[in-house]
Amino acid sequence: MFSWCTDPNAIDGLAWLSCYLTTGKHLSIYVSVGTVLLLLAITAPVALAFGFGGAMAARSHFPPLSWAGRAYIAIVRGVPDIAFFLFFVIALDQFFEWIRHEVKCPDWDQPIRQGNDFVVCAEAKLPLSTAAQWVHETYGFSLAVLTFSIVFGAFAANVLFGAMRAVPHAQLETAEAYGMTRRQTFWRILVPQMWVYALPGLSNLWMVLIKATPLLFLLGVEDIVYWARELGGSKTAKFTDYPHPDWRVWYFLALLVFYLAFTRVSEIVLDRIMKRLTHGQATMGGEAQRKAS
Amino acid sequence: MSCWETIADYGLRSIGIGERLLPRDNFTLCQQVTLIGSGMLWNIYFGIVALVTGFFLATALAVGKASKITPVRKLAEWVIFVFRGSPLFIQFFFAYFLFLSLKGVSSAFDPLTSAWLGAALVLFLNTAAYTGEIFYGALLSVPKGDVEAADAYGFSGWPRFKKIVWPTMLRLAWPAYTNEAIFLFHATTLVFFSGFPAWQQRGDALYYANYFADKTFNPFVPYPILAGYFILLTLCVVGLFGLINKRLNRHLPKERRQKMRMRPRLLMR
Repeated sequence: MFSWCTDPNAIDGLAWLSCYLTTGKHLSIYVSVGTVLLLLAITAPVALAFGFGGAMAARSHFPPLSWAGRAYIAIVRGVPDIAFFLFFVIALDQFFEWIRHEVKCPDWDQPIRQGNDFVVCAEAKLPLSTAAQWVHETYGFSLAVLTFSIVFGAFAANVLFGAMRAVPHAQLETAEAYGMTRRQTFWRILVPQMWVYALPGLSNLWMVLIKATPLLFLLGVEDIVYWARELGGSKTAKFTDYPHPDWRVWYFLALLVFYLAFTRVSEIVLDRIMKRLTHGQATMGGEAQRKAS
Repeated sequence: MSCWETIADYGLRSIGIGERLLPRDNFTLCQQVTLIGSGMLWNIYFGIVALVTGFFLATALAVGKASKITPVRKLAEWVIFVFRGSPLFIQFFFAYFLFLSLKGVSSAFDPLTSAWLGAALVLFLNTAAYTGEIFYGALLSVPKGDVEAADAYGFSGWPRFKKIVWPTMLRLAWPAYTNEAIFLFHATTLVFFSGFPAWQQRGDALYYANYFADKTFNPFVPYPILAGYFILLTLCVVGLFGLINKRLNRHLPKERRQKMRMRPRLLMR
C-alpha cells in the first residue's frame, strides 16, 4: 500500500503495523464493515415495514388476520432468535427454489424430498449454477436481509402494537366525534401520534439489531467475524510476508471496541431524537421539558 | 429400534452418557426429539448457573452504580456498559481466544477453554451486567418514604439495605428480571456457535438441531422441535418467577398485588 512497504522484513514498529493493516486481505475486513452497515441500512426500514404490517394485522377486526398478526408477534418471543436465523435461511432458500421448480419444470415427476436430499430441476436452482460469483454472494446477502427483517419485524410489530394502544383513547374518540371514518382515524390521528410512544422501544430494537449483526457470520456471509477469524489465525512465513502467531484475541478485541463505539454513538443520537420528538407532546417527558425551559 | 431404546441410548448423550456415535442416516422423529432434548440439558445448566451467580454480582453492580464513591461508580458503570454495549456473540469469541492465549501461559487456565466453565463465566458476567442495570433502575425508584421510615425506626447501613431497600428493589425489578431470565436462556444457544468447541459432539439443543438440519436438508423438523422445547422452558421460567413474585409481594392486600404483566421489553443481546 505505502511506498515503504516493499520489504516487510526491513521495517518494524508503527511502520510495520501500518503496512500490515493495509494488506489486500485487511482491506476486505474494512469492506465487510461496509457489509454490516449496508445490512443495517436495508434491514431497519424493511423490518419497520414488516412490523407495521404485523401491528396492523394484530389490530384488525377480522379474526384470522388478527390471530396471524398476534401469532407472528408472540412466536418470536418464545424462541431464541439464532434458531430463527438458522431456520429461515434454509427454509426461504428451499421455498424459493420450490416455487421456481413448480413454475419452470411442471412435468417433473420425482418427489422433491428424496431421503436426505432436496432435489429440484437444474433450471430452478437459485442462483443458477452457471451464475457469477457476485450473484451467489448477493443472493446469500439478500437471504440474510430477509431473515433479519422477518425476525426483527416481529419485534417491531410488538413495539408498534404497544405504541398504538398507548395513544390516549380520547384522541380517537374525538376523531370519531368529528365524523372521521376508521381508516381516517388510523392514518391521521393514531399513526402520527404513536411514534413518540414507539421510539423508546424502537431505539432499544436498533441496539439489539446492531448487536445481532455478528450472526451474519452464521448465515454464510463473509462479515467482520469471518475475517477476524481468518486474519487473526496464526500465519507462517511460508504464505505471507507478515507471519505472526495466533492474534485472534486482538482482532476480537478490535471488534468489541467497534461495537461498543457504535452502540454508544447510536445511544447519543437516539437520545437527541427523543428529546426533539417529545417536545410539545402531552406526555411526562414533554411536560418536564416545558417546565425546564 | 424402538423409541425407548433410542431414549436410553441418546437421552443423556449431551453429557457423554450412552451411545457414543450419533445417528448418521434414516433419522427418526424420535431420535431428533431425544437428542435435541438431551442438548437442552446444557441450555438449562448454563442458564441456571449464570442466573444464580449473576444475581449476586448484579446486586453489587447496582449498588456500585448508585454509589457516591466515584471509583466504585465508574467501575460498575464500565462493566455494565461493556457487557451491555457489545454483542454476546463477540464476547464469547473474545473470551474464548483470550482463554486460549492464557492457556499458553499456565495450565491452571485449562478448564476455561472448555464450554462448561468458560462460557458459563461469560454468561455470568453478561447477565450480571444486564440485571445490574435493571436493579439499578429499581434501586432509584425505591420510594423515599420507605427509606425515611427505616431511618425513623433506627435502621441504618447494612440492616437497612438488607431488610428494607433490597426487598423493595427486587419487588420493583421482578417483572423486568423475568424477561431478562427468558432472554438469558435464549442466549445460551450461542455458546457452541462461537469459539467454544462441542467436545465429542456433546452440544446444546441448537447444536443438535443444526446437526439434523445439515444432514437432512430439512429445517422443518428439527427447528420446530427446538422451538417447542424453548417455549416449554420459557413457560417454566415464567411460572417459577411468577411464584417468586407472589412471595415477594405476599404482604400486600390481594387486590393491590401487581399482576405480573408480561410487557415484552426487549433485553436481547
